[in-house]
Amino acid sequence: MMTAIIEARDLVKRFDRFTAVDHISFAVPEGVIFGFLGPNGAGKTTTIKMLTTVLAPSEGQLAIAGHDPVREPLLARRAFGIVFQDPSLDDQLTAAENMELHGVLYGVPRVERRERDEAMLRFVGLWERRDDYVKRFSGGIKRRLEIARALQHQPRILFLDEPTSGLDPQTRNQIWEFIPELCRDQQVTVFFTTHYMEEAERVADQIAVIDHGRIVAQGTVAALRQQTGGRTLEDAFIALTGHSIREVEAAPIDRMRRMRQVWLGRR
Amino acid sequence: MARPPVSAVYILWLRQLKRYIRSRARIIGALGQPTLFLLALGFGIGPTFARAGGGDYVQFLAPGIVTMGILFTAVFTGIEIIWDRQFGFLKEMLVAPVSRLKIVLGRTLGSATVALIQGSIVFLVCLAAGFRPAHPLLLPLALLFMALIAIMCTAIGTAVGSVLQDMQGFPLIMNFIVLPLFFFSTALFPVPDLPGAVRLVVRLNPLSYGVDGLRGALSGSFAFGAATDFAVLCGLAAILLVIGAHLFSKIEV
Repeated sequence: MMTAIIEARDLVKRFDRFTAVDHISFAVPEGVIFGFLGPNGAGKTTTIKMLTTVLAPSEGQLAIAGHDPVREPLLARRAFGIVFQDPSLDDQLTAAENMELHGVLYGVPRVERRERDEAMLRFVGLWERRDDYVKRFSGGIKRRLEIARALQHQPRILFLDEPTSGLDPQTRNQIWEFIPELCRDQQVTVFFTTHYMEEAERVADQIAVIDHGRIVAQGTVAALRQQTGGRTLEDAFIALTGHSIREVEAAPIDRMRRMRQVWLGRR
Repeated sequence: MARPPVSAVYILWLRQLKRYIRSRARIIGALGQPTLFLLALGFGIGPTFARAGGGDYVQFLAPGIVTMGILFTAVFTGIEIIWDRQFGFLKEMLVAPVSRLKIVLGRTLGSATVALIQGSIVFLVCLAAGFRPAHPLLLPLALLFMALIAIMCTAIGTAVGSVLQDMQGFPLIMNFIVLPLFFFSTALFPVPDLPGAVRLVVRLNPLSYGVDGLRGALSGSFAFGAATDFAVLCGLAAILLVIGAHLFSKIEV
């Protein structure tokens, strides 16, 4: 049994009377790629916000690399890197300047910082473009730069919130090709959220399925399929939730739930 | 791991500076308004002011115009937090293992530096328009007052930027904070002859002490006294910084 690097116990997040995350528990062992799968509005982003110290949980316990994100946010933050759903680069700075800023904020010593900048920019194939302004980059390149930046300070955990949303299929494919590689090379635990079945099935070692703020199943892809008797993850999802992930995505009530979340989350 | 506390503040300061230097349109744009005020009021009202016994109006007005340049730049650079929010960079800062106080400090010092540079450019424009400082030896004192004004105004911008969600509130800030601060200060007119109520407002306006300090340093005569100006500015800058830092620390993304 490996030790868990991310642990959530009875985690709850309420916005007024709406419960976005409803008593979820899970443990992510060190070194795995963990997929958090669910339709839009299921509570994925809310969960990731709590894991990454951005949002305080209403109830429950959390441990990120052994640190409580509420009581020791600075220590927890050192242990992870995150790529948000939307870009979070300064586009008036160059790629290298964005990396430098990150390294300094994370207190990486100068010599080590330079080595890491080069290594990570080479890793994502942006070393030649390091002096270009970010505003000139396409969505896919920005996402790669953000991944490089998130790994700059050698975190033990990498959070990816819908890392391929808004990208074209080709770029999406590229990103998923190098995430397992990165997990091996950088020895980092990857926690990602997605509402694409095929993405979860493709790269995740372990999956938790979340629907309406509750975890309805978790385990390896094979175990989930076995447990439900389905042939694909899609079958498993339908068996577990009683609906297809696409249907829910389009349901108006979920769209409203999501908007509500967005509005309340912004305050 | 080593944790150099100054570096985070420094790199955020540097970021503000880089962003400023790279947006030439903004530098020139921000010069427009003070120049316009200086020329239109300085030369338009100047003769009347002189006939009424007030002396050379450009001499009187220039410190007010420099203050205006600092005020506008500082508040808007402080408010840039809204852009950071919209373009997502705010999230990167908020999940960094750096206390929010340091983030506010770095940003504020950066924005204040930018405002100080902009104010110095406005000062050069004033020189070109015929303004002459009374005692060149007092220029460092003038610079000190400019810096204090810049810090105070940036703190106002930070506080407002932390509360606002988007640029929709921008005209509100302009019409209900920035312009009143400017118009009801000592920037445009001398205090002694004002009607009671207006005089009270002017005396309560923090910017008045900035203008007075700067005018005193440039012309040699303070209305409120150099020590008063200095103390009020320092005190208010500190209070506003604490408020700004507090509001910033409440931000959720």
